[in-house]
Amino acid sequence: MTGFDRILMTTGAVVLALIWVLPLAYAVWTAFHPSEYEARFVLGAPLTLENFVKAWNAAPFARYFLNTFILVTGIVVCQFVLCTLAAYGFARYRFPGRDILFSLVLLQLLVMPDILIVENYRTIGALGLVDTIAAIALPYVASGFGVFLIRQTFMTVPRELDEAARIEGAGPLTILWRVYVPLAKPIYLAYGLVSVSHHWNNFLWPLIVTNSVETRPVTVGLSIFSTTDSGVEWSVINAATLMTSGPLLIAFLLFQRQFVQSFMRAGIK
Amino acid sequence: MRAGHDGLPVAFFVQEDAPMLSRQWIHGWLLLLPALAFIFLFTHIPAITTIWNSFQSTPRGRRPAQFVGLDNYERLIGDPVFWKVLVNNLWFALGTIPVSIALSIAMALFVNRAFAGRSLVRMAYFTPTVLPLIAVANIWLFFYTPGFGLIDQVLGAFGHGQTNLLGSPDTALGAIIVVSIWKEAGFFMIFYLAALQAIPPQLAEAARIEGAGGWTIFRRITFPLMMPTTLFVSINAVINAFRLVDHIFILTGGGPDNASSLLLYYIYETSFRYWDTAYGATLTVVMLALLGLFAIGQFFLFDRKVHYK
Repeated sequence: MTGFDRILMTTGAVVLALIWVLPLAYAVWTAFHPSEYEARFVLGAPLTLENFVKAWNAAPFARYFLNTFILVTGIVVCQFVLCTLAAYGFARYRFPGRDILFSLVLLQLLVMPDILIVENYRTIGALGLVDTIAAIALPYVASGFGVFLIRQTFMTVPRELDEAARIEGAGPLTILWRVYVPLAKPIYLAYGLVSVSHHWNNFLWPLIVTNSVETRPVTVGLSIFSTTDSGVEWSVINAATLMTSGPLLIAFLLFQRQFVQSFMRAGIK
Repeated sequence: MRAGHDGLPVAFFVQEDAPMLSRQWIHGWLLLLPALAFIFLFTHIPAITTIWNSFQSTPRGRRPAQFVGLDNYERLIGDPVFWKVLVNNLWFALGTIPVSIALSIAMALFVNRAFAGRSLVRMAYFTPTVLPLIAVANIWLFFYTPGFGLIDQVLGAFGHGQTNLLGSPDTALGAIIVVSIWKEAGFFMIFYLAALQAIPPQLAEAARIEGAGGWTIFRRITFPLMMPTTLFVSINAVINAFRLVDHIFILTGGGPDNASSLLLYYIYETSFRYWDTAYGATLTVVMLALLGLFAIGQFFLFDRKVHYK
């Protein structure tokens, strides 16, 4: 690469990065300054946390955060357990119908519960679970993507390891727990991060099945907060926006490398 | 049964006798049972009942649903809003996918070399990926606000009058497309970054010795070698183009006059604002058919071994 090319590439990279960061930087600016500086970019503008305080007090965000936390933890724990069991079955057992069932599981990569809102709402209604946190989680507790990802990892585990464990008298579940799960730790981290950010951010389905403060996750809470026409200032809405994405954003900035690698690993398998 | 089909040594099967085999079957089925029960309950069964319900009427009050044949489909064909959102969705896919893929390749090429501030630049590209789409929409709404938002402020500095990008039928969909690209490009970048790192540097080295320029190397070596990634990313992008509508709720509400509404958003409005679930099911069947067509097309157009083994 010539020196000119190099300068061109670096300039392109930086210009694109500046464009990319602009919307977020703008949101950060308005959130941390008094509302009269919303669109006035003065270097000496006073910093304030006032907007965050206002947003926090204007809507039950503490409860929304708790709901999201319960939701995301529940989903990830269930996904780990259910997907691990199924992945182990697919990777290490032979039985009639295995390949057909596996294709059906993979079909979920194409047809996601996200688009089947009408029928899934009917199912949740029939189960009597409308407006519960469980209702938000249920369609996602078993994921075809998770089964696929963990199965791929389990298939790389050498057979000799579980032969050895079997000779020592370990049963299938003990082997799974003692041999397979520890060897697949990086993939659990990857899948966990992808899943947490996916379900933290999910909006449409929670919007449909929840209608009270006790069940709403932050995304739905934020949309209600920012669309109700109550003359809320922009700076406060932006503060609320940053607040709801805050935990993920901070986690991302701290563990940037793990995040990027996890998304990569989860996608490439 | 092919020997060593999934890495199992042949001896493994020979050892098994008949009762062991059937116990293995039962263990296998039991392991799958919980996950499959949920997957079937919330994906496969609803996909089938959607089709069934599209031939029914919407139950209203004391009137239960009844079989109405193709009535819902006749209504669909005569429904201008349906055609509008379908065309919108196709434009939305055409507008977001190629641009975000091109940008993500550029981003990956940019940050694949060492330079001061590389990790900051990479972070700038990737950050939108971890933000909720609903938060992204809020951030951009402020950008787009007529007269007051940053876009108007910049245009105003050049003596341009007020714009209302979200409020005008000609630009609303375009404004939504821009937001989607911003959110997605950084996500796709990391797959290209992984692909770039897997390409042996000797290839470009050799081409350079032969006198090839940067653009030729990209067009003849880098891009073709990244084809599996492009396929994987495009599949994701197409599914997302039909699946993600969160930002429409905040930015335009599908308006003005459905100019920025997409299929899933219309399904939501029909089923949960007007509670016409039978028609909602009919629209969902169209969605399933589109995804099915896409899957078949992909099956015939590409070697399906490209992206997963």
